[in-house]
Amino acid sequence: MKRMLLTGNGAAAWGARLAATDYIPAFPITPQTEIIEALANWIDNGAMNARLVTLESEHSMITAAGAAAATGVRVFSATSSQGLLYAMEMLYTVSGWRAPFVLTNVSRGLAAPITLESDHTDVMAARDSGFLQIHCATCQEVLDSTLIAYRLAEDARVRLPVIVNLDGFYLSFTREPVQLPDQQIAKEFVGRYDAENIRFRASAPVSQAVAVLGGSPYSYFRYETHLAAQNALLVYDEVAAEFNQRFGRQHNAIEEYRSDDADILFVMMGSFATKAKEAVDLLRDSGQAVGLLRPRLIRPFPTQSFQHLLGGKKGIAVIDQNLSMGMGGVLHAELSSALYGHANAPATLVSFIGGLGGRDISSEEFFEMAAVTRRAVDEGVTPAPRLLYNETELREIRKLQAVAQSEREELHNSADKPSGEQQ
Amino acid sequence: MTDTAETIFKRLRDLPSTHLLGTGTPMCAGCGGLQALHQIYDIIGEKSVFINAAGCMTLLSVFPFTPFRGSWLYTAMASAPAGAQGVRDALDILLQQQRIAAEEDMEVVVLTGDGAAYGMGLSSTSGAMERDLDFLYICYDNEGYGNTGQQYSGATPHAALTSTSKGPRGFSGFKKDLFSIWAAHEPAYVATVIGTEPLDLARKIDKARNMTGPRMIIALAPCPTGWDYDPKQSVDIGKLAVRTGIWPLKEYENGKVVHTKIPKQRKPVEEYLQCQGRFRHLFEPQRNDELIDALQAKVDSYWRDITE
Repeated sequence: MKRMLLTGNGAAAWGARLAATDYIPAFPITPQTEIIEALANWIDNGAMNARLVTLESEHSMITAAGAAAATGVRVFSATSSQGLLYAMEMLYTVSGWRAPFVLTNVSRGLAAPITLESDHTDVMAARDSGFLQIHCATCQEVLDSTLIAYRLAEDARVRLPVIVNLDGFYLSFTREPVQLPDQQIAKEFVGRYDAENIRFRASAPVSQAVAVLGGSPYSYFRYETHLAAQNALLVYDEVAAEFNQRFGRQHNAIEEYRSDDADILFVMMGSFATKAKEAVDLLRDSGQAVGLLRPRLIRPFPTQSFQHLLGGKKGIAVIDQNLSMGMGGVLHAELSSALYGHANAPATLVSFIGGLGGRDISSEEFFEMAAVTRRAVDEGVTPAPRLLYNETELREIRKLQAVAQSEREELHNSADKPSGEQQ
Repeated sequence: MTDTAETIFKRLRDLPSTHLLGTGTPMCAGCGGLQALHQIYDIIGEKSVFINAAGCMTLLSVFPFTPFRGSWLYTAMASAPAGAQGVRDALDILLQQQRIAAEEDMEVVVLTGDGAAYGMGLSSTSGAMERDLDFLYICYDNEGYGNTGQQYSGATPHAALTSTSKGPRGFSGFKKDLFSIWAAHEPAYVATVIGTEPLDLARKIDKARNMTGPRMIIALAPCPTGWDYDPKQSVDIGKLAVRTGIWPLKEYENGKVVHTKIPKQRKPVEEYLQCQGRFRHLFEPQRNDELIDALQAKVDSYWRDITE
């Protein structure tokens, strides 16, 4: 094991390399590109024995990934944002094939307006696709989760593709010290991919992904996929424990931070949770019993663990870096449904939307969210979802709008008005 | 004519007498696509994996039945060639790493309709050719989105009535020249075939089978339900498509296009048009000479410079 400074993208590429991936269908998209560039370089220099093929779209990339996994080789791929959505039809399709492979998603906000910076609306759109989802907060976790993800995907009780998610820019381009597992030990941990009888061989023809007629066989196969995804809860815990045994790092399905004796908890995913940790420390210093829960596993959703960890708490502040238009935060809705009707569930679950398109969440805002949540607990009234935005930002956007307006007027006044157009 | 020395199919009696594709599929009676597929499968054989895109033939394999003796993977409408890429690459990796024996290898065959081939799947097909993927592509072209009730597609001929072009002049667009689009990629092989010319079809599939790289086949697929004629006329209509010059039988190889069957005395195009309901508006209630002549002129212009 050696220590290296790696970006989140570098850690993802190392994960694929250490897992002895055979095949990498690729397509470039910011901020994911560094991953496939690193892998391509290793392959070209003979450091890695794999084949990388650049497809003409993410839709084709996921098709090729699923098809290769269905033929019996270990597959890695990576995308982001618009690419994930372009591939969306095939995400649902290949999970139905029960084709196990690992897809890194480097989270980035979705158009429109088009942006390069991070939030989770992209990966939340894949929530119901049948891909399992592991969300990372550090570069180390990106590497470790990639190895864990292969074990999870290829387990006979699961056999589903897995998305390992990291935040664009905040993780993808941030260098952190990462413990690099020894190649041989990593290989032993991941093991060989045994496709069993679901693969293409001339001597044993199979038909995969055939049509069904009617709702009954359709329901049967969809239920099977759901049950397999649920099996992944148990398998995840097993694999994470074994990972800890070998490498000395424990990655629980839900990370707990100073949550045991807390009466108010933040719940959020991804790298911004490290900001929440810092805020928790400051809040603790000021005498407030605040903690943090960070789900790493989003699919399958660790419902029972949440029920257990949140039981008896006074108030929960769910911070979503995603926005379901007309509803609100996805994690808030999921957590509400996991807790509803459960004895001992906290009565107050406040929703906050923040960090969209890379927008920062400041310590002051964490303090404010804790205060709003405590007030809601005290008053017994849960406020409507809060969209984090401050006065300075509003002033800045007003300035930009003023520039746009002024330029438009300038253009309007200087141009010859086309005939027939009247003000 | 194509060089027959390199093929084992010299006469009709050389064609395979054992038929490999199972019967009892849900394809329509008189399906010209299925007719071509039967003949193609007899030559390709069971050491194959068919990668299918959404279309009529998706219904060949409905759980738990399949007419294929080999393997099958249904993908989606747009990306069957990318599925072929994944399967081919995976088989190559397994062979290279000696994880499977050489005899476990298979011919990877894409099977799509014209809806996927001419439109939604064109990008993934172009990508597969540009990467010089070693695969066979079979497009059964029934000139419309047949499986959904024959709406017009990029393959629909000018003036044809479809369920989305029911006006007096039929479809206002023109059939896309997919053969030339494919050939412009300079793949190993491109050919047009039709089930009613079995010897020509067998020679081309046999030739393709013995090549590597992208091998691209377009089979015109007379379609009783989509073209509106009695299923028993399928063979006659297929033959007329060739004899009127509507469907040129040709192949592309090494930068050259060769016509494999040049009709000696081309029959008037209206003989082909007249027997199909989709062109009935050209003859009833009044004969539309202007449009019929225009269709004839287009075929004449195609053949003007074609010599043996």
